[in-house]
Amino acid sequence: MKTVRIILWLPLIAFVVFVGFVAAGLIKPDDMTHPSKLVGQPLPEFSLPASQQGKPGLATADLRDGKPHLVNIFASWCVPCAAEAPQLDQLAQAGVDVVGIAVRDRPDDTADFLQRYGDPYKRLGADDRSQVQLALGSSGVPESFIVDGKGIIRQQHIGDIRPEELPAILSTVQEAK
Amino acid sequence: MSRCSSQAVIPAQGGVRGLARGRRWEHSRARAWIPAFAGITMILCATPLHADSDMPAAPLSYTQLPDPKQEAEAKALMGTLRCLVCQGQSIADSDAELAGDMRAMVRERIQQGEKPEAIRAWLIRRYGNWVSYEPPFEPATWLLWAMPLLLILAGIFLARNRFRRHGGTMERRAGEPRES
Repeated sequence: MKTVRIILWLPLIAFVVFVGFVAAGLIKPDDMTHPSKLVGQPLPEFSLPASQQGKPGLATADLRDGKPHLVNIFASWCVPCAAEAPQLDQLAQAGVDVVGIAVRDRPDDTADFLQRYGDPYKRLGADDRSQVQLALGSSGVPESFIVDGKGIIRQQHIGDIRPEELPAILSTVQEAK
Repeated sequence: MSRCSSQAVIPAQGGVRGLARGRRWEHSRARAWIPAFAGITMILCATPLHADSDMPAAPLSYTQLPDPKQEAEAKALMGTLRCLVCQGQSIADSDAELAGDMRAMVRERIQQGEKPEAIRAWLIRRYGNWVSYEPPFEPATWLLWAMPLLLILAGIFLARNRFRRHGGTMERRAGEPRES
């Protein structure tokens, strides 16, 4: 008889546990960022044509030259990309090899953007159909990948680089040699 | 941390500030209406800032493949892949630019003869199982897949106990008129 009583209560207990899970999911802020699974792995093979005249495009082979790089994925139509431009300039001035991938961007618009917000890029590839962005496991702009001299992705930075994040990024780049 | 996605709509800052000012002047009712009204007007008139490129969509993002069999394969796969920027929709349902580029990628690869499951695996290697709406059978999902079976077993167990007890009372009550 006793066990029967417990069985009668089970559905209610299960329901309360379920409501608890739903409530916890509603209260806890959702983390919408999904880091790339390629962090720690070699860069996928790609080769992007140049976005700007007089500046080379970007290919995987360029990133295996023994030096660490910061690969910045951006677009002229992206507002946070303009906000992080001064930080990228500072990184370039500190000696970091900053290279860029312009996503779905007209070359003229990219040129305007570089003129307004500065041009820290040593190389700049045009990813007109987001295919390299998808190959890297990136899901938005801006994003930055720190790649070591052997072409291994060491770190992914999702969203714009803030001034307070510069020291940590600099030290990661220096460690990536 | 802010990022651009096709869904991002940022209201003009003035509208929000105007509302805050309205709240501070609450002591004088007549005056409080002016900034509140201005704030509401600003919010209503604010032009949303769509973070979208001006580039045309990739050729295969809104165009079906000529081969109906390949298109059916692509369609089935696109319905089970998550849009990376909208996150609650499949790439078949989403109008986001990145979803369009993903559809173009799926169709191109299927046209080149790649198997749908190979394309799904390629995306999972980059974005994790999160990108697929078809959960694989692995330790983390054993319970998910086994749950229907477990529930049926629990149901059979409960029903069996109940029928057995019921059967007993029926025997005892044999000859009595049935309830209800």
